[in-house]
Amino acid sequence: MKKIALVAAMALTFGSAALAEPLKIGIAAEPYPPFASPDAAGNWVGWEVDFINAVCAAGEMECVVTPVAWEGIIPSLTGGQIDAIMASMSITEERSKTIAFSDKYYNTPTVIVATKGAGMTADPAGMAGKIIGVQVSTVHEAYAQKHFTEAAEIKTYQTTDEGFQDLAAGRIDASQADSIAIDAFMATDAGKACCEVVGEVADDEAVLGLGVGVGLRQGEDELKAKFNAAIAKVIADGTYDSLSKPYFASSIYGG
Amino acid sequence: MKDFFKPRRIVMIALALAVVVLCAIKLNWTWLPDYLDRVPLAIWRTVWLTVVTMILGMLLAIPLGLAQAVGPAYLAIPARIYCSIIRGTPLLLQLWLLYYGLGSVFAQFPEIRESFMWPILRQAWPYAVLALTLSVAGYEGEVMRGAFKGVPGGQLEAARAMGMPRFTIFRRIWLPQALHRVLPTIGGETVLQMKSTPLVATITVVDIYSLSKRVTQDTFVVYEPLLLLAVVYMIMAGLIVLLFRWFESRIPSRTA
Amino acid sequence: MLSPLSAASAFELLAWSPPGWGATLVYGLWNTIIIALGAYALGLLIGVAGAFGKLYGGPVTKDLLAVYTTLVRAVPELVLLLLITFAAKDAINAVLSSYGYAPIDFSGVVAGIVVLGVVQGAYSTEVLRGAILSVPAGQIEAGRAMGMSPVKIAQRITLPLMTSAAVPGLANLWLTCTKDTALLAVIGFLELTKQTSLAAGTTKSFLTFYLAAGALYLILSLVSGVLFGRIETWARRGQRNVEGGGI
Repeated sequence: MKKIALVAAMALTFGSAALAEPLKIGIAAEPYPPFASPDAAGNWVGWEVDFINAVCAAGEMECVVTPVAWEGIIPSLTGGQIDAIMASMSITEERSKTIAFSDKYYNTPTVIVATKGAGMTADPAGMAGKIIGVQVSTVHEAYAQKHFTEAAEIKTYQTTDEGFQDLAAGRIDASQADSIAIDAFMATDAGKACCEVVGEVADDEAVLGLGVGVGLRQGEDELKAKFNAAIAKVIADGTYDSLSKPYFASSIYGG
Repeated sequence: MKDFFKPRRIVMIALALAVVVLCAIKLNWTWLPDYLDRVPLAIWRTVWLTVVTMILGMLLAIPLGLAQAVGPAYLAIPARIYCSIIRGTPLLLQLWLLYYGLGSVFAQFPEIRESFMWPILRQAWPYAVLALTLSVAGYEGEVMRGAFKGVPGGQLEAARAMGMPRFTIFRRIWLPQALHRVLPTIGGETVLQMKSTPLVATITVVDIYSLSKRVTQDTFVVYEPLLLLAVVYMIMAGLIVLLFRWFESRIPSRTA
Repeated sequence: MLSPLSAASAFELLAWSPPGWGATLVYGLWNTIIIALGAYALGLLIGVAGAFGKLYGGPVTKDLLAVYTTLVRAVPELVLLLLITFAAKDAINAVLSSYGYAPIDFSGVVAGIVVLGVVQGAYSTEVLRGAILSVPAGQIEAGRAMGMSPVKIAQRITLPLMTSAAVPGLANLWLTCTKDTALLAVIGFLELTKQTSLAAGTTKSFLTFYLAAGALYLILSLVSGVLFGRIETWARRGQRNVEGGGI
């Protein structure tokens, strides 16, 4: 009985061991439409999932999309549970101290959406005395902590959607997020009824970063080169534009 | 006390202290000074949530337990159903249901924002207090049911024979004895309640757990904040146990 | 969420096949049950070892076990979950890589089972210890007088007799186990609570999905209550009839 238990335990452990061949690409386990969100069958769909498949095909890598909780995604990478992060993670100096990034694959402005008619503007003066919602562990949280913290109260949420939900409910006055995520929210009935976009925030490259890139462990230069080559190929041969068409009116590659 | 410090215990305590010193030296504590000023408020939030929800929950649990112990069916059955529902579903789900579920109702009815309740409904901590209180009431209602049933019937009969009004019996004999019976259990439940408070971080209430996660997110240091957090909780649990032991010592009781 | 129209759409959302989310919710429930079963079994194994160790072990064993149970019961499960998930993986992989093996990846299921099992083990130890203490000492002494080895005594006398005293506590532990699986949602594992939050976040029908998840958990609790009632009746066979406990 004891032996059976021991063998079973070992089988479980080693049976689930990674055979190290497919690359585990970590995406956030929280919905982030239109980039990645689960459908009713439990599959993850969205622009970023399509992009991951395109990059892996271009780089001839075998990839497995692995949802990981957003808060623990960087420790998961450094701890070896995943091999790359493609979860709309912005390339920032702070993150670059711990992980490495590939070249960017999109860059969109950061925008503030607020309750209709509140008369807010996207700067500290216009935020005075209000409550802003941001997602934890994002550049938006860092930006809000740096620029808006004296003027306004900042609330952090596990997911951007929960922040938008509270915005629609009126619990917060504004939300700062990526313009595409906000566009997706404004396309919903709740968004149209409650809120309006008040504009882009003043750029702060140190905090907001230089666009979104693939997160990799430091020192894995070969993998980084592979990803850079694959991204360049996807952009060059037009796959980038063709997979963006169903989602976006114009290219999100950015400057 | 002298019995406690046998040689093997001294060795173990010395080893533990050595581990603590090693951790203090070798692990990464550089982030500590930046966040130290936020710690007292965060700990206060945890303590405050535990204490307030325990007290409010117990206030709710006493009628629930009484209803189940002796109540007429139209009181006992709803109380039973309530306790079963609370004990049958996870606290995390109850929290999210209250906060986000009600939140979606607010989105549908913007008129609520004009009401006087809005400043309270707007914030997150009332929902945390409500969810935790309902949870305590559900679990302690079951405990109090057993406690009320366990008070010796002879005492209640004697009081009734003396002509005591029903409420006075409850106030002077039944309730105090029931509470005294379950004081150790309530102490254990208070520790459990304190351990449930980290869940409120998911609805934006900033307690000490939420602060430690903030440290991890800002600095990407994973273990040290968690270890320190575990130590803080252990100290708080120890204090709660000591507090309840003191409560028990205040009430004279005969042990056979 | 309160108008009659949305009641119809609630049923659409919960339908079995896509675009209804019913199947994914049940898949989440299935994950919950698997992890709860695995963690409960692991917890029982640790509990039996721990209870015997606390009662019959040497002084050092007793102290170490006391430290284990006190630590686990004093620190929130969520914190323990995070610590064990990251620390255990890193520690094992560090050991493996120092010996030259490739790092092992633990599937979420295994990690969840181990973490919750360790936590359950501490509580099981206390429940089982109390149950073993309730076995009449005379029976164990008689067994020793007959020359039975400790293992034989445990197998033939202690375990059968302590079962009826242990069942209520173990029933509570099972319910705690199923609800603690919800904590795995915080680390992104796809059990029922996480699956519900994903569905709710994607469709914005928070009330519908959280109520549905609550109903599923409640069904699990009620079924477990009935099951444990049966187990308690079986364990108490031959004893005088006493009032059992519901959930």
